[in-house]
Amino acid sequence: MISGFRDPFEALFAMQKALESRRASDWMGGRTAGMGSYPPINVFQRGDGFVAVIELPGIDKNDIEIEAKENTLRISGRKSINYDQAASVHRRERLSGVFDRTLSVPIQIDPDAINAEYRDGMLVLFIPPAESAKPRTIKITS
Amino acid sequence: MDTQQELQVQQKREVESKQEATIPARVFLPATDIFETDEALTVILEMPGVDKDKVDVKVENGVLQIEGWIDFSRYEGLQPVYTEYNIGNYARSFQLSSKIDQDRISAELRDGVMTLVLPKSERAKTRKISVS
Repeated sequence: MISGFRDPFEALFAMQKALESRRASDWMGGRTAGMGSYPPINVFQRGDGFVAVIELPGIDKNDIEIEAKENTLRISGRKSINYDQAASVHRRERLSGVFDRTLSVPIQIDPDAINAEYRDGMLVLFIPPAESAKPRTIKITS
Repeated sequence: MDTQQELQVQQKREVESKQEATIPARVFLPATDIFETDEALTVILEMPGVDKDKVDVKVENGVLQIEGWIDFSRYEGLQPVYTEYNIGNYARSFQLSSKIDQDRISAELRDGVMTLVLPKSERAKTRKISVS
């Protein structure tokens, strides 16, 4: 679907369109009770594995906890916003609080092989498929 | 502030401009906090996915304009399978009420959150008026 990135606008537009059309995806099926809760999550396929991209702006890396077990992923933490009491507030749109979300992914994952990266307020989880879930070629012996 | 409150999902709001863009790409409004002290106006914007080299901040005719571009190459080779939010660049502008000392505006971008400190010019600072 997405090939070649010569025109950044076109690439962005194509991605946005793809994201839009996938809104009603049933990839998670009824499995994820946490649908619609914080933080919002996008899951992409890359090769055999998956990449989960989560927007978590303004959170200390040490305040994010990620746990993986069998085919569930749990992301929890807190987002705190502290302002000087003396300031008069004109606008307050940013939200703070605690979050705890569990995702059940419909694939076999290897909890030890998951890599997490936090950059520019984006948490990215690289989820390789479990060794046991990889297809095997079966040789006919006789 | 109560930090124990459970966080809720905030739907991204799209920019509604008078003119239409030539490219039908989506641009979002960053969630913003603004507060004022005697010395300065502080504007804090959430722009997840924006690198510090990819922002543009300017004050023109009393209007503060902020733009941020996401690094789209990070999505290269990815096929969406399950999505809950859309992605795009960010843009927002504010009409400034106080006189701002434009030369002393400072900006910091950390973990997808940009903090702008706009110091008030000497003229615009609050003065206490004594009644005799």
